[in-house]
Amino acid sequence: MKIIKFLLIIFFYFSSFSSFSNEKNFELENKIFKNLRCIICQGQSIYDSQSDFAESMKLVVKQKLDSGMSEEEIYIFFKDQYGEWISYDPAFNTKTYFLWGLPVLIFLLGGAIILRKLAVLKN
Amino acid sequence: MKNRYFFIILGLFFFFFIVLFNGLKNPNVYIPELQKEKNLSRFEASDFYSNKKISSLDILNDNNFYLINIWASWCLPCREEHDYLIKLKEQNLIKLIGINYKDDFKNAKKFLNDMGNPYSKILKDKNGTVSIQFGAYGVPETFIIDKNKKIIKKIIGPIDKKIYNEILLIIK
Repeated sequence: MKIIKFLLIIFFYFSSFSSFSNEKNFELENKIFKNLRCIICQGQSIYDSQSDFAESMKLVVKQKLDSGMSEEEIYIFFKDQYGEWISYDPAFNTKTYFLWGLPVLIFLLGGAIILRKLAVLKN
Repeated sequence: MKNRYFFIILGLFFFFFIVLFNGLKNPNVYIPELQKEKNLSRFEASDFYSNKKISSLDILNDNNFYLINIWASWCLPCREEHDYLIKLKEQNLIKLIGINYKDDFKNAKKFLNDMGNPYSKILKDKNGTVSIQFGAYGVPETFIIDKNKKIIKKIIGPIDKKIYNEILLIIK
């Protein structure tokens, strides 16, 4: 009886451990799905899309994770195949200077206008 | 002072107007065209007839030009381009590899029986994952691989006369 109890404890311990790691994998999968754009559907990530193409991409992500690829390596793979557009996190390069720089520029301009206004009011 | 603000706002307005107006002219569907030559990723797929797993290294093993064509029996543009693929095969200058995309085996076999089989090897892509390995996103799509196993041309959509002549120029 004791042996059966012992075996049951070991069984539940390891099954809970594997379900925990499955959950972790599931979270990572979903994170990657949300960061990859579905090319044939406008403005949707593959997480949001049920299109045939998005479903195939999800399978490729799962295969890559199972083969031991890291999250970053998966993004690099997809960018290599489909270009920067596939990622929802565009890299900072000559093509994206404007994209990254404009919000900062507008913020600085707005700040300058406010400061100027305040200075005028003080005077 | 007020005049200066007016001109700054007017300038900004025109700047954004021009940027957004030009944006309207751009197509809002992204097409993943080949920007530069790139190495073909290694992939594995099942053989169309025997279902045996084959690696791309086993198929692309000659010092040859290769044409990888993604096709399906349900795809109408694939029928339009098929004659050009047969013509390319007859030239004997390039090896054609077919990737049968999300298709029914019987229908695909009938398609080849009716239209002719230009491929030296056909691989199955039942769930679309093989095509993603080299950056395809639909059918038909064609990739030209040079003797260094680099993708040198990507054709999105069916091969027409103009593209057929371009391929001939590359491989001759």
